[in-house]
Amino acid sequence: MNNAASTAASSTATPPLSAKVVEPTIFDLSSPGRIGVTMPASDVPETDSPPQHFLRSELPLPEVAEVDVVRHYMHLSKFNYSVDSGYYPLGSCTMKYNPKINEDTCRLPGFLFTHPLQPIETVQGNLALMYQLQEWLKEIAGFAGVTLQPAAGAHGEFTGVLMMRAYHKSRGDDKRMKMLIPDAAHGTNPASVGMMGMTVVTIPSDERGNVDLKALEAACDDTVVGMMLTNPNTLGMFDEHIERVIELVHGCGGLMYGDGANLNALLGIVRPGDLGFDLMHFNLHKTFSVPHGGGGPGVGPVGVAAHLVDFLPEPLVGILEDDEDDTPPLYGFIKPAKSIGRMKAFNGHFGGGFVRSFTYIAMHGPDGLKDIAQYAVLNANYLLAKLRGTYHVPYDRICMHEFVAEGQFEDSDVRALDIAKRLMDYNFHPPTNYFPLIVHEALMIEPTETENKDSLDAFADALIKIAEEAKSQPDLLHNAPSTTLFGRMDEVKAARELVLCCWLPEGYDENA
Amino acid sequence: MTYIPTSPHERDDMLKVIGVKSLDDLFDAIPAKHRFPKLDLPPALTEMEAYAELSDLAQSNENVRGDLISFLGAGMYNHYIPSVIDHMLRRGEFYTAYTPYQPEISQGTLQAIFEYQSLMSALTGMDVSNASHYDGATATAEAVSLAYAQFRGKRKKVVISPTLHPQYRAVIRTYTQGMNIEVIGDDNQLPITNYQLPTTNNPITDDPISNLQSLLDDNTSLLILQYPDFFGRVNDYTKLIEASHAKGALVCVVANPTALAMFKTPGEMGADIVVGDGQPLGIPMWYGGPSVGFFTTRKNFVHKMAGRLVGETVDNRGQRAYVLTLTAREQHIKRERATSNICTNQGLLALATAIYLSVLGKSGLKQVANLCYQKAHYAARELNKIKGYKVSSETFFHEFVLECPAPVAEINAHLLDEGILGGYDLSQDYPSLANQMLIAVTEMNSREDIDVFVKILSEVNHE
Repeated sequence: MNNAASTAASSTATPPLSAKVVEPTIFDLSSPGRIGVTMPASDVPETDSPPQHFLRSELPLPEVAEVDVVRHYMHLSKFNYSVDSGYYPLGSCTMKYNPKINEDTCRLPGFLFTHPLQPIETVQGNLALMYQLQEWLKEIAGFAGVTLQPAAGAHGEFTGVLMMRAYHKSRGDDKRMKMLIPDAAHGTNPASVGMMGMTVVTIPSDERGNVDLKALEAACDDTVVGMMLTNPNTLGMFDEHIERVIELVHGCGGLMYGDGANLNALLGIVRPGDLGFDLMHFNLHKTFSVPHGGGGPGVGPVGVAAHLVDFLPEPLVGILEDDEDDTPPLYGFIKPAKSIGRMKAFNGHFGGGFVRSFTYIAMHGPDGLKDIAQYAVLNANYLLAKLRGTYHVPYDRICMHEFVAEGQFEDSDVRALDIAKRLMDYNFHPPTNYFPLIVHEALMIEPTETENKDSLDAFADALIKIAEEAKSQPDLLHNAPSTTLFGRMDEVKAARELVLCCWLPEGYDENA
Repeated sequence: MTYIPTSPHERDDMLKVIGVKSLDDLFDAIPAKHRFPKLDLPPALTEMEAYAELSDLAQSNENVRGDLISFLGAGMYNHYIPSVIDHMLRRGEFYTAYTPYQPEISQGTLQAIFEYQSLMSALTGMDVSNASHYDGATATAEAVSLAYAQFRGKRKKVVISPTLHPQYRAVIRTYTQGMNIEVIGDDNQLPITNYQLPTTNNPITDDPISNLQSLLDDNTSLLILQYPDFFGRVNDYTKLIEASHAKGALVCVVANPTALAMFKTPGEMGADIVVGDGQPLGIPMWYGGPSVGFFTTRKNFVHKMAGRLVGETVDNRGQRAYVLTLTAREQHIKRERATSNICTNQGLLALATAIYLSVLGKSGLKQVANLCYQKAHYAARELNKIKGYKVSSETFFHEFVLECPAPVAEINAHLLDEGILGGYDLSQDYPSLANQMLIAVTEMNSREDIDVFVKILSEVNHE
C-alpha cells in the first residue's frame, strides 16, 4: 500500500488534453448500411403492409456491426469501478461480493423463458421457489407474511406506507396522517410518505445516535400513522432503547415500520419482528446478493406481522392444495382479503432477484447467515478502531455494519468531497458522503463481510495518508482525482444546458 | 459455503484491535432476550448442491424454448435475444457497480444510460427519456404523478382507456390511493362494441373512442391510452389527443416498443408522455421480471419527471463526460416534498435494451417488427377460416382477439395437452368478453407452429 500511496501522490499533474479517453456514442459509431443482427426471412405468405398513414417514416436508430457494439460496451465497461474490480465501502449500500453461481442459476432456461401468465401447473418450479423464499424471509426477520412484489427498497417503503394507511382506515381510524421519521433517515422514507399526502414529523437523534426518547414521546398522539425507523440506523448504531421506542409508538396506536436497508447487520443476530416491528422491507440487492447492476434492478420485499397480513399486495404465492403421499403441494396465487392492490405488473423481480437470493440463502443456511452479520460488524468495528485517532467520529460506540466519520480537519480546508475524490487515486471507491445529514461532512463507511483484513488495512492506510495530505498538500485533494480516466465534472453545465440525448428528432428546434 | 475471506487468525487479530474478546461481544446493544435467535432454515448447501437444486426447480417448469409453443403475450413477449447482449451484461464492471454517484469512476454506466435515453427518445419520437422505471406499469403510474404535479393537484381526474392493460390500471389505482384523485373511463362491464373502433376506413378523421372523449373536461389532468391497445389494435390517436389538449389535459401513451419500429410514433400523434415496458427489447420474460419501464416526454416537462436523469457535460480536463443531473428533484434532496420516492432505475435492464437497440439497429428492429406483423396476420387469417372462430381485430400489430366457440380456459387446457401455450383469456379481466382469446405471435413462432396451432383449434371445434 505504501508503494501505491507514493505513486498516487507523485502523479498529481492533470493529464494533457491530448490524452482524451472519450468513447464515441453509439450514434457516432453508426455508418449507413452496417448490419448488426440479421433476422430470418419470413416463412409465411405475405400480408400487405398497414395503410401508409399508420406507418412511421424514419427509424433513427444506429447502424453498427456486432463487433462495433462489443468494443463499444467493452470500452465503456472499463470506465466503471465495480465490486468485482475493487473495494467499494459505500455506506448504506452493502456493496458485498456477489457470488458468481447466482449468475448461472438465474439464467437457467426454465426461469428465463417462462411467461408470467402461464397456467400455474406449468410453472410449479417458479412458484415453489417464490413460496420458499417468502417462508425464508419470514423466518429470517420474524414476520407472519411476506410480499415479494416490490421492485426496490423505495417501492417496498411505498408498499409499507400504503398498508399502514389501509390498516388504520380499516379500523375506522381516519385521522392518522402523521409519520414519525428520525433525522438520520434515508430520503426515501419522507418521500414515500409525501406520495401519500401524509405529513412528516422529524424526530431528532440523541448524543449516542439513538432516537431521542423525549422528542418521540412528545410527538406520539392519536394522529400518528406510525414510525419509520432504520435500525441499525444510518449512523451504523443499533438503537439502545429500541424496545422503548416501539412501546411508545404502539402506545399511541401507531405502527412500527422498519427500513431494512441495514438488515445485513442483523442476520441471525436479532429478528425485527421479535423486537415488535409491525412491518419491514428487505433489500435483496443489498443483503441477499442481487448485484446492484449500475443502479438496478433492486428487489424490495415487505414482511408484516400477523395483523397486517390481510393488507399485503396481491398476488401472494400460497399452497392451493396440500401435498399428499407422493404428490407435491400445488402452489398458486392468492389474494389477501383487504389487499392494497397491485404494486407492479406481473410477479415481481423473479429472475434477476428471487432466484439469486434463493441461491444465496440456500448456500448459507442459518449459521452462514449469522456469519455474514458477524463479519460485517467485525470489519466495520476494525476499520473504526483503525481510523478513530485520525478522523473524528461523532457517534462513537461499538457500531454495527457501518459507521460515519467526519471528513474535515481543524487545520485544513479540505472537505469530505475532496477526501472521497482522493480515495479514487488510491483505487478505492469512496464511502457515501454528505449522508446522513446530521453529521458534518459525513463519510459513511460500510466495509461488508466480503473484504479481508488486507483490503481493510490498505483502505485505512489510504485514509490515514489522505488525512496527512489534507494538511501538507491540500491541493492534492482539491484537484483529485488525478490518476483516474476522468476528472471532476462540471455539474452546473450539465444542469444548465441539459443535454439529455445525443440524437434529436427531425425538425427539433434546439432553441425552443 | 461462505464468501467471507477472513481467516480465524485474522479474525482474532481484528478482535484484539477492537478490544473485545469474541464476535458475540459486538452485539451487546441488542436486547438479550432476542439476541442470536435460532433460525429454522435448511442447512447450507455447497455450490454444487445449490446448482442441482435450482436446476431441478427450473426443470420442473415448462418453458417456451423447448417445452411449449407459445401464443401468449398480454404485456410480455417471447422475442429472440441476440447472444451479444448477455455477454456484455455479464461484465462485472457493469453488473457489480452501484448507481453512478461518483461520475469520475462511473462513466461506463453513465454513458450507457445516456445512450439508452437517446435510443428511447428516438424510438418513441419524444424529446427526452429518463434513466428508466421498474416496469411499464409503474412508469405509467409515474405519468399520473407528473400530470398531478403539473397542475399542482388542482385537476383531480385521470381518464384511462378500458383497453389499457388491466394490471397497469390496477397499479395506477394502488399508487393513487393517497392522492385524492378520481381514476375513471375503464368500466370493464361494457359490451365488446364499446371497445371497438368505428369501422369506416379513415382512422385519421374518425373520432376514435368517443366514450373517452366525452369524459375529458377542465378537471382532467391526464388521459392514458395504450398503443397498440391491450387487444393488439393500432389506432391513430391524433384526434383524441387534440381533443384532450383542447381541455388542457395531458396525454400519456403506453406503447409497445417493438411496434414503434413500424407504426407512427405517439410523439407524432402529439402525446405528452410515452411510456411502456422495455421487456420486448432484449430482456427475457423471466416469469415477469425484472424488466424495464421506459418514460419519455417533452422537454418542457423534464423538471416534473421522476427518476434518474443523465446529462452530458465535460470534466476538468475538457473531456466529454456524463453525470446524473437535475438531482434537486429527487428524494434525497427534497425528502417529503419530492414528487416521487424513486431511488433506483433498472440500470442493467436499461443497458440490455440499449445494446438490443444498438445491435439490431435500424434494419434489425424493422425486421423483427415485420416478422411479428407478418406471422400474426398469417395466423389471424388461418384462424379466421376455422368454423366457429372469428378474428375481430382489424388493424393490429402482433396481437389480436380471437372469438372462440367455447370458454378460453377449456380450449387452453386442450392446447396445453398438445404442448401449446394458448392465448390470454380476456374474460378474466373483461366479464363481457367470454370466449375471447388474446393471441400474440412473434418472430419466434414458425409457420409450422402456427399451422399446428390452427389444426388443434379446428379439432377443438369439431369435438
